[in-house]
Amino acid sequence: MTDTIAPQAKAASMGPKPAGSRWRYFVPLGIFVVVLVFLGVGLKLDPREVPSPFIGKPAPAFSLPRLERPEAAISKADMQGKVWLLNVWASWCVTCREEHPVLLSLSKSGVVPIIGLNYKDERDEGMRWLKQFGSPYQTSAYDHEGKTGIDYGVYGVPETFVIDKKGVVRYKQIGAVTEEALNKKILPLVKQLNAES
Amino acid sequence: MRKAKGTLLRWLVCSLVLLRLLTFSPAHAADAPPAAGDPVLEARVVAFTSNLRCLVCQNESLAASQADLAIDLKNQIRDKMRAGESDDAIRDYLVARYGDFVLYKPPLKATTVLLWAGPFALLVIGLIVLGLNIRRRAAAGSGALSAEDHARARELLQEAERQ
Repeated sequence: MTDTIAPQAKAASMGPKPAGSRWRYFVPLGIFVVVLVFLGVGLKLDPREVPSPFIGKPAPAFSLPRLERPEAAISKADMQGKVWLLNVWASWCVTCREEHPVLLSLSKSGVVPIIGLNYKDERDEGMRWLKQFGSPYQTSAYDHEGKTGIDYGVYGVPETFVIDKKGVVRYKQIGAVTEEALNKKILPLVKQLNAES
Repeated sequence: MRKAKGTLLRWLVCSLVLLRLLTFSPAHAADAPPAAGDPVLEARVVAFTSNLRCLVCQNESLAASQADLAIDLKNQIRDKMRAGESDDAIRDYLVARYGDFVLYKPPLKATTVLLWAGPFALLVIGLIVLGLNIRRRAAAGSGALSAEDHARARELLQEAERQ
């Protein structure tokens, strides 16, 4: 700022109409452009996508009854040593239907196991949903109270976590898993994580 | 006359309905659950959650929100307070899960320095610009006109008068 003021001050003291003072008409334009860039970037950011504090941190442990077999449990420890997806879903969730075909074809490809977290749902409704649309899940953990959801910082359904062999969260997809998100983010990451020892 | 009376009546009914709607408080507004037996605890929950953001409806505080998740979180917070956990411990618990985003007052750290110091930096820049401007004006002279300026002014005025 000092640099830009000094020449003007000098010019002003030399005479009433210095030729060099015209630059200052560009200052508002410059500020305008800077503000425009900031606002433009701000428009592109989605305030709904809150960065997860879990990225790079161990996924919270859980042990829950399975949706389809209440007598059997599924826990985080069961998936140790595998790269896997934890997909939060519910029968009442509309966007889950949107991502469902993508998950089904991913599941058929067998690239990565998908564990469901049936969040704040009723057991029979969840089961009916899977029967109606088909199940992409190896199994689903039944989180009726949503406590595990809270532990995972879930604030909307669906959400999908990519968890590595050591049980560390590496990526979180907020909202539906789209073809684009799958091909650009999730699959390359899974490939990379599978290559890790 | 009949018509006018009818209009008046309609107006009256409309105003009454509107008044009823405006003052109507939906029954579910009161269903923020249990702890009714413990107003001290409830006051603590409300005071604590007023400073936290609801992640589902981001323009609401956790205290004000009736979203499912907000209610669950308030229940969780209530349980923890009952169990004797401190506010700080509960705040850490929430930040660990949802990040700094849940706090209306973000902590001062490397990534938030701009947020905290930015306004003061702008103030300082403003003061510097103001100072330099004042100095420049002072240096430009007292504003008094020289003899030459007076002569030129007179010339211009005469010119204008002639036209």
